[in-house]
Amino acid sequence: MGKRIVVTGVGIISPIGNTASESWENAVAGRSGVRRMTIVDPEEFSSQIAGEVKDFDPLDYFDRKLAKRTDRYTQFSMIASREAYGDSGLEGNISPERLGVIIGSGIGGITTLEKEHKVALERGVRRISPFFCPMMISNIAAGRVGIDIGAKGLNFATVTACASSGHAIAIATDMIRLGRADAILAGGSEAPMTLTGVGGFCALKALSTRNDDPETASRPFDRDRDGFVIAEGGAVVMLEKLEYALKRGAHIYAEVIGSGMTCDAFHITAPSDGAEGSARAMKLAMEDAGIEPEQVDYINAHGTSTVLNDINETIAIKTALGEEKARRSMVSSTKSVTGHMLGAAGAVEAIFTSLALEKGIVPPTATLMNPDEGCDLDYVPGRAREAELTYALSNSLGFGGHNVTIALKKYTGK
Amino acid sequence: MSLENRVAEIIIDKLGVKPEQVTAEAQFDTDLGADSIDQYELIMGFEDAFGLRIDEDEATKLTTVGKVVDYLKEKGLD
Repeated sequence: MGKRIVVTGVGIISPIGNTASESWENAVAGRSGVRRMTIVDPEEFSSQIAGEVKDFDPLDYFDRKLAKRTDRYTQFSMIASREAYGDSGLEGNISPERLGVIIGSGIGGITTLEKEHKVALERGVRRISPFFCPMMISNIAAGRVGIDIGAKGLNFATVTACASSGHAIAIATDMIRLGRADAILAGGSEAPMTLTGVGGFCALKALSTRNDDPETASRPFDRDRDGFVIAEGGAVVMLEKLEYALKRGAHIYAEVIGSGMTCDAFHITAPSDGAEGSARAMKLAMEDAGIEPEQVDYINAHGTSTVLNDINETIAIKTALGEEKARRSMVSSTKSVTGHMLGAAGAVEAIFTSLALEKGIVPPTATLMNPDEGCDLDYVPGRAREAELTYALSNSLGFGGHNVTIALKKYTGK
Repeated sequence: MSLENRVAEIIIDKLGVKPEQVTAEAQFDTDLGADSIDQYELIMGFEDAFGLRIDEDEATKLTTVGKVVDYLKEKGLD
């Protein structure tokens, strides 16, 4: 170990912007990207609102053939990867064999799966497209990014539901530390807006039914929160060795200094009692980073706006930092404006956390009006806050009891 | 629309090639950039459009645009 890993490129396509800078601006301004659902007819769903990517035409990014042969989730990964890679300036400065890709997705190509399943039922199994399997599988985004960028190093997907891209960044950091690659595009994407995608989460009673007020429906830590808002998009970071970045004078957004990964081993969807698992992930991340709870200035929470997550994550933060320190730390959930981008959420939030460190601005929990009983931390409600930050954590938790925390540090040139 | 034009239309749609590339002599792999999966999909496109089943042995012989047109004519289409 001992190698230092930095973020030198960022890429986002999200409900609040089709680039990283636009998304960041809107996160800081607290402008919600949640509207009435349009990708599928929402009439029959209990939750009829979503964070959809706006003004999106695949033909703005891909030729017609490629656009037809890639699932929407894969397209989001490719777009975010191109942005992060371009932003990093690594092109031409690294041998393709040393450039890796780790892109996660909670679900994969569910749009493709549904379409071809319908074909099979209506027209017979012999009419299933030969592109079905290679479009649907949840690792194909990573594979496609490899082809698109020409990255020939390690390449795979992390699949841990809403923690998928958090794991991608954690594992990518470790892979570079271990010398398995010199640089890795790490992140995730999701495009879950289909009949079964939305219907399944509705059946779980996981989604907000505040259909008459989409823009404040995602209300992390609020007493009136009633579920998460399903969202889509992609987010990718360029991670590389510090020495590499310095050698070519790359812009450094932040330093990834550690991660913690745990499992609740308790329930398929509910957090464990006292949120022991996520508290332990935060502790492990701080340990890996060599920092003390006292040094943590900001936590970008998983903060989904479900009843169970937000209270339990609050308890976990108190357990990990100590109650008194937890109360003095800023904790915010940018899902208040993005909705829950599932497999892309961890990477979007790691990018927002990196930008918060770099710019000294904490994005708000924009929609929080009345903190719930027990949700008694400083959630930076309503408006962004300027603050000198040095260390931050970014939490991602997924169905299956998967917990991952990324520890980040402001890069100061030292 | 002539048989040739209907075939060309399917090829242009599936492979995203320009109309002028779709000549009778054009090879699907080398001239039109179709990999093996593209070619499976093309065959399915012809099957759907012309309401017939092309078995695998025959399909492998349909390597150019002209061969597809001839094959369909042999099957009584025009």
